[in-house]
Amino acid sequence: MVHIPDGFIDLPTSAAFAAASTVAVVGAVKGARKQLSEQSAPLAGLTAVFIFAVQMLNFPVAAGTSGHLIGAALAMVLVGPYAATLALVVVLIIQAFLFADGGLTALGLSVFNMAVISVWVSFAVFVVLMKILPKSKTWVVVATFIAALVSVPAAAIGFVIQYAIGANATFSVTTVLNAMVGTHILIGIGEAIITALTVSAVLASRSDLVFGWDKKNSTLEIRT
Amino acid sequence: MKISNRKFFASAILVSALLAGGVSFYASSSPDGLEKVAEDVGFIETAKDHTLSDFTLADYGVSGLENARLSVGLAGLIGVVATAVIAVGFFTLIRKKATSKNQ
Repeated sequence: MVHIPDGFIDLPTSAAFAAASTVAVVGAVKGARKQLSEQSAPLAGLTAVFIFAVQMLNFPVAAGTSGHLIGAALAMVLVGPYAATLALVVVLIIQAFLFADGGLTALGLSVFNMAVISVWVSFAVFVVLMKILPKSKTWVVVATFIAALVSVPAAAIGFVIQYAIGANATFSVTTVLNAMVGTHILIGIGEAIITALTVSAVLASRSDLVFGWDKKNSTLEIRT
Repeated sequence: MKISNRKFFASAILVSALLAGGVSFYASSSPDGLEKVAEDVGFIETAKDHTLSDFTLADYGVSGLENARLSVGLAGLIGVVATAVIAVGFFTLIRKKATSKNQ
């Protein structure tokens, strides 16, 4: 999924999602303040750097189509959902302003899909799985894989919702939905593999840094 | 096999730099998921050019650099440095504020 160019979605809809994204980011700053520690703050920054790098690596998924990592589930497992939202926002802003990747008026739409929907859907899936699955590193990786797999079509559905509300084109929403979900399940497999491998590597070298693994850390429970 | 903070952070930066600065040259140039769907369904026509499409680093290349490998690699490295400065700075700032509040 990706970086929506300007023009796909009309300006009022783009503005509405920019407002919603802003609210989410303000909430994420508040949440991240509580969760970030002396060690996880630089880790959150590094996660953004790694996501930027891996997002440059488009992999082929089907004839004439490529995909790349979103990194939402990866950041969520490593640094928690609040900091993950912020890490993705930083990456998306740099891509839009420095590399002309993702439209400027569409930035709120892209942020909503990848930094909000992807992160929080993957978090919900991960939390549920960790409640069911045995507490071991292997199962953390399995839960990570599934959360990452789901996070990509979730972002794609976010786009379809935006398309349904304010597309500048008149093609049927069902057609767009089917095409988007089909393609993004394939990309989700790539996302899941990259995410699971990266989380395994960090679990093997510095499991104490992994948000999704720290059993003493009660932040895994959703705070209300 | 627990490694030190310094080693861990240095390897993460190194891996990111290698991926963005070197491996990125081999990335697939096929249209990505959304772009392909937009082409197949037909709404690609509604896309507008990026406001900053003439910018030096647009589309992950350094304009003026003929060598494709160098162009994308350098753009990638610049992106890694920019992300590192902004993201690490931003998260450190958030955390510092939190600490001073708690005191």
